[in-house]
Amino acid sequence: MGEPSLRILLVDQNAARAAILEEGLREAGLNDITVVREMHGLLRRIVDLDPDVIFIDLENPNRDVLEQMFQVSRSVRRPIAMFVDQADTETIRAAVESGVGAYVVDGLQKARVKTILDTAVSHFNAFNRLRDELERANQQLEERKIIERAKGLLMKERGLSEEEAYGLLRTAAMNDNRRVADVARSIVSLVRLLK
Amino acid sequence: MNRIVTRPKITIGFIPLLDCAPIVVALEQGFAAREGIDLILVRETSWANIRDRLIVGHFDAAHLLGPMAVATTLGAGHLQVPIVAPIALGLGGNAITVSASLWEQMARCGATPGGNPRVQGQALARVVAERASAGAPPLTFGMVYPFSCHHYELRYWLAAVGVDPDRDVRLVVIPPPYLADSMRAGQLDGFCVGEPWNSVAVQAGIGTIVTPTTAIWPLSPEKVLGCRASWADANGARMDALIRALHHASVWCQDPGNHVELAHLLAAPRYVDAPAELLLDAIANRLSLRKGAAPVALENFYVLASHHATFPWVSHALWFYAQMVRWRQVEPQQTHLSSVAGTYRPDIYRRALRSLGVALPAEDVKPERFFDEAVFDPARPLS
Repeated sequence: MGEPSLRILLVDQNAARAAILEEGLREAGLNDITVVREMHGLLRRIVDLDPDVIFIDLENPNRDVLEQMFQVSRSVRRPIAMFVDQADTETIRAAVESGVGAYVVDGLQKARVKTILDTAVSHFNAFNRLRDELERANQQLEERKIIERAKGLLMKERGLSEEEAYGLLRTAAMNDNRRVADVARSIVSLVRLLK
Repeated sequence: MNRIVTRPKITIGFIPLLDCAPIVVALEQGFAAREGIDLILVRETSWANIRDRLIVGHFDAAHLLGPMAVATTLGAGHLQVPIVAPIALGLGGNAITVSASLWEQMARCGATPGGNPRVQGQALARVVAERASAGAPPLTFGMVYPFSCHHYELRYWLAAVGVDPDRDVRLVVIPPPYLADSMRAGQLDGFCVGEPWNSVAVQAGIGTIVTPTTAIWPLSPEKVLGCRASWADANGARMDALIRALHHASVWCQDPGNHVELAHLLAAPRYVDAPAELLLDAIANRLSLRKGAAPVALENFYVLASHHATFPWVSHALWFYAQMVRWRQVEPQQTHLSSVAGTYRPDIYRRALRSLGVALPAEDVKPERFFDEAVFDPARPLS
């Protein structure tokens, strides 16, 4: 028994080319491959298949469609692998390490395809984790700031202490089943409108 | 021993669109060679590819969407790599096209051929409202990339006429060469794209041009030349030579005496690969709005050199950022503004062109004016 193979989604509208790529990947020992020829409904397919890597031909302009999907729906974000005809080892390494994705040289150098993809997936996951952490940290910071401002407004308008202002925010949030930061944001934008 | 003197090479990636013109002409008319550089042009197929290959170093410079340069510097949507845009590649060139059936509905609601964006937009808003009350699915509009002028111009117009671009319609990314086919297949009711792709849909009898986006935002920006900031820092002299070559190329492109030659040059399969007569119309600032209709003149539809068309206005970068925030593509942060402003580099542009005695703007920012009389104040980008 070998290790679990990478699950690959191959997006190509050209049936003949897709078949060649698929065969090449299988020969390189990658057996879990699904070929999709239609961009229509692709988001659903990504969610259902949950691939480790999405393979797309570098010549396929639909790469930009994939990008939008990743932006709209973070959960479908996957590393992208692409074929290029003349990438040297150095550029492949740079692409993989920068987190750009994986470039696989045309002709599928069998011995290397798997290594390149494995590295690309692990780099991608590391980047993704980092980005999520950073985004969470930024969001927390922004929320703390907005809560401070809402508290300040309540203290000034209603003559409350800081503790009372926060208590009021929390009660309002609980009553409406919303988050404290969301209530604070509504207060701040309302006050801006009324000014 | 023989010394072989070779000119320094600069590899530039481009997308087959009308506005790759200055890059192509810098090579083909010898402007780059005269500046002592060897240009190598590589045709690319998607914006994501061009960005990645720029980041990885396959390209020294690239034909980039202005907002993409800003987004990459911020790391919005993808990797964070500081990019600089030291020269713009012209102004305008985009339009909004709708399907035959949507045009019919809009015309019933008051849209007129060649009407201004307010008239057309109000008609569209009525169609959208009628569809909603009839329980019909929302209209679908295509655009070329999430971080693009086309996307923001389309959203700006929709919002200004009372159509919520997130709630009332569906926006999807479709690569330019597939737009007309998607419209024919009924998957798209409209799209916003640069030339020649509006005219391609018109010629095929599939679409009607509703408005050039230069009627929404006169002298609006489009593509820039983008480089990694590290490359620009390390290659000052080459950078300046490239900017001079692109400046001369842009002036050549705008000269009416060169329009026919330019159209034929761009029509070649290795460049835009589209009919020369369609390209010529856009270059000459006229468009056929419907199949069979005579082309109409559109003032400043595509401006290559005049009106400081190649100047990298920092106010353009700030407006893009304001749209990213407005449409929730990025969470605003204090540090963003300086990164955004630092992506557009009028200082490099000024440095490169100083010796040519070209008239340069006194400021790096200007107020930007829109069809709905709104004015974007670059001093308060997020207000």
